[in-house]
Amino acid sequence: MQELITRIKELLADKTVDRAIGWRAGDLGYNPEPAYFNSVEDMDNFVYDGFCGANLSKMMIEAAKLEGKTLVCLKPCDTYSFNQLIKEHRVDREKTYIIGVGCKGKLDPRKLEELGIRGVTTVKGAELEGDCETLKFDTVYGEKECAYSDLMLERCHVCKGKEHKVFDEVIGESKDTSTGDRFDEVAAIEAMSPEEKFAFFQAELSKCIRCNACRNACPACSCRKCVFDSNKFDSAQKANTVSFEEKMFHIIRAFHVAGRCTDCGECSRVCPQGIPLHLFNRKFIKDINEFYGEYQAGEDTESKAPLTNFTFDDVEPSIVGERG
Amino acid sequence: MQRIGVFVCHCGSNIAATVDVKKVVEVIGMEPGVVYAEDYQYMCSEAGQEKIAAAIKEKNLTGVVVCSCSPRMHETTFRKCAEKAGINPYMVEIANIREQCSWIHKDMEEATKKAVILARAAVAKVNLNTPLQPGESRVTKRALVIGGGIAGIQTALDIADAGYEVDIVEKTPSIGGRMSQLDKTFPTLDCSACILTPKMVDAAAHDKIKIYSYSEVENVSGFVGDFTVDIRKKARYVDMDKCTGCGACQEKCPSKKTPSEFNRGLNTRSAIYTPFAQAIPNVPVIDPNACIKLKTGKCGVCSKVCQAGAIDYEQKDEIITEKYGAIVVATGFDIIKLDNYDEYAYSQSKDVVTSLELERIMNAAGPTKGHLERLSDGKAPKNIVFIQCVGSRCSDNRGKSYCSKICCMYTAKHAMLIRDKYPDTNVTVFYIDVRTPGKNFDEFYRRAVEEYHVNYIKGQVGKVAPQPDGTLMVHGVDLIDGKQIKMEADMVVLAAAIEPDPTVRKLATMLTASIDTNNFLTEAHAKLRPVESPTAGVFLSGVSQGPKDIPETVSQAGAAAVKVVGLLAKDKLLTNPCTAQSDELLCNGCSTCANVCPYGAISYEDKLINDHGIRETRRVAQVNTALCHGCGACTVACPSGAMDLQGFSNRQIIAEVDAICR
Repeated sequence: MQELITRIKELLADKTVDRAIGWRAGDLGYNPEPAYFNSVEDMDNFVYDGFCGANLSKMMIEAAKLEGKTLVCLKPCDTYSFNQLIKEHRVDREKTYIIGVGCKGKLDPRKLEELGIRGVTTVKGAELEGDCETLKFDTVYGEKECAYSDLMLERCHVCKGKEHKVFDEVIGESKDTSTGDRFDEVAAIEAMSPEEKFAFFQAELSKCIRCNACRNACPACSCRKCVFDSNKFDSAQKANTVSFEEKMFHIIRAFHVAGRCTDCGECSRVCPQGIPLHLFNRKFIKDINEFYGEYQAGEDTESKAPLTNFTFDDVEPSIVGERG
Repeated sequence: MQRIGVFVCHCGSNIAATVDVKKVVEVIGMEPGVVYAEDYQYMCSEAGQEKIAAAIKEKNLTGVVVCSCSPRMHETTFRKCAEKAGINPYMVEIANIREQCSWIHKDMEEATKKAVILARAAVAKVNLNTPLQPGESRVTKRALVIGGGIAGIQTALDIADAGYEVDIVEKTPSIGGRMSQLDKTFPTLDCSACILTPKMVDAAAHDKIKIYSYSEVENVSGFVGDFTVDIRKKARYVDMDKCTGCGACQEKCPSKKTPSEFNRGLNTRSAIYTPFAQAIPNVPVIDPNACIKLKTGKCGVCSKVCQAGAIDYEQKDEIITEKYGAIVVATGFDIIKLDNYDEYAYSQSKDVVTSLELERIMNAAGPTKGHLERLSDGKAPKNIVFIQCVGSRCSDNRGKSYCSKICCMYTAKHAMLIRDKYPDTNVTVFYIDVRTPGKNFDEFYRRAVEEYHVNYIKGQVGKVAPQPDGTLMVHGVDLIDGKQIKMEADMVVLAAAIEPDPTVRKLATMLTASIDTNNFLTEAHAKLRPVESPTAGVFLSGVSQGPKDIPETVSQAGAAAVKVVGLLAKDKLLTNPCTAQSDELLCNGCSTCANVCPYGAISYEDKLINDHGIRETRRVAQVNTALCHGCGACTVACPSGAMDLQGFSNRQIIAEVDAICR
């Protein structure tokens, strides 16, 4: 972390960049938050550790409108989102200085509860040094300990890899933390009967409080004006009139990001209700892979998107595949 | 609020027998916005249209819904009627209660319910309709014919004779197409070349016809009356202006091992070649995959022997961009690959040939100089078996479901010609049915049986097994006698199914012309508009539309030409006002719409936008309405809903869905 802070200070001091986007310490040891750093002095607050899960790529949409260059810290998986935003002309690569920051899996503070770790005062082992194997906690109930991977976000267990897809420089080591297949969860749902599926999603989506956190965090949800906020369409009103409006919102949202979602997992990470929202997107990704061939959104900025690029092979009859 | 009139058509008994039209009138009359509803026996008739016009005037209607047949049939009729009566034609919507309701349902109660729902959806849409004004566009008085076979040649000649310029684009080095490969033609047995080559010469000599041979259509943009087409003129490596067609180059070319496309690979050709003697233009091309000079840089024999100095190894592909008012697709056919029919031993024995290969064998200019001989040992075959329907009328997905239409007749022709020229040869034909509708066709087939004693056996062949002695054992069945048959043959001829030329798929996409599951181009109406594509300005000629023989192809080619001439005779056309529009305030500038647009109608510009007081320069989408076809792909792809289609707005479509789901 120190190397990163020193370097950002250097870049701020020599005016290579006018500001930096990173994380500042929160009120607890495990809730750092995204922040702008406009000067070397601001950097006192800067933090980067295992709890810095937020994908900062989307913040560059607004930052790109500011004068001068903005530095942004991106983890390997965040760089996919950034590439996708470049592809959609939403960010300006020329006005961005990307530091690819090392990542060894990000932590989910909500899992502390599950592990029975309460009243945490300080955390040790999340500093991303060495192999990141164990986390130690000082709590009001005494010292506690758990394996680093036990506290990892679901998305990190299906890590896309430790490689940064776009960067100006890389600071810190990364490791591939995947332990399972990304589509196992989807396959399990696919195996359910229609009634079971409906019951599963109804149970999950009923928890939704429509706080819009998923939408606000999602790098693909970057419309100037969301259809749910626009009076030009009846989507919002319509969503309000059905008894199960969350269903409408989340499914429409999933359709809107289909083929553009990089599977960064922010939607599930930020959901205060713990709804596994990534499942919708991942189902689309799985289908796209099966119907149109392997495709990873944000892998690069040039490749053609499977759903939104016209080719001369798109010809009637528009039957692309049949599945039972 | 609109004042909508609903007009429910009985279509004789087509609708009224299944849908309770009185009930539809009663229920729809209570829909919001509907101020008048009535039914009539034939709404499209003069009297029916008068009823609509009268109601528009008397009831001060602002919108009209006609519950009738498909809008493809009569939308224009009713729009014109409304316009005459004083309302904007785009205030008319059709609820299709015939094709989508009465024709496909049996239960009257259910069908009536559905008809009401369809009508309700149309009413919901009209409630949101706004008057639209078509623009005007000019007509480029030149036609493009894609494909230089008999269909393309005839269409071009007929258009040119009417006084309009026409270009033919042919992908092979010469025009002539499949017909140039044929030996004799049924049912008159005149020589194919003798009747085709004069037409080829006519086309080449016509001052209104320009032939782009060895060229392919690369890109098509624009719309009816104003297409812009990029034509790739492939490098010939021979200067067409200098070449005299003397043929010295082909004689001296040392690379002579390439299978001849024209002779279906039965013999070889040189690297520099004209496909056949009567080729037009009579200018050879160099096959870059076979030419030693182009591959290794060493050789150059053709250049040395060419007195005219026409050889140019540096020649490059050239893209020519031309404007056309109309495009005719005449891309023709090929026979299917026989990989799925290995039981007939086509890949195992040289003596199993396709009918098209037999045409070349029988042709005096073919690989055997017209002598009927086995390709394996050059001996004259004594027993020949013809197998019909190889891949045609296929019930599984190995072959084609359709009848290839021409095989019964050409097989009778082959059988007859062989029996005539080689009377000591036994000829057997295995068939499922013999289909001979057509002028003098059945007489022709009967001659084969009665005069030439061709042995016709109703039944299928299960297997052709090559024997160690070089003969072929044909295992078949005689369905009439109910017996299994084993028959020794020296030669087996397969009547392989025909299929549209594979390039038509890409072409159809470029032209946005519809294509069916068999890759045949779809007509605008199977019976009433058989030579027009549903895409305005695109016309169909020859087998690209469906299997047909030469006389039919020539008639259809003429019909397509008449349609083209009818279009080119106009000076101006009305343009479709149902095009996409982008809401600049909602546009993200993400390019998704431009990426999905098949017509290149969307571009982006950086524009100063005033968004409720926020002034900033944004990248926003611009639609070129002249290029937009109104397909709506952009409206569904746009994540923020900035793109909308006039006449089919998102709100209108949602209103229709709501009305259906209500």
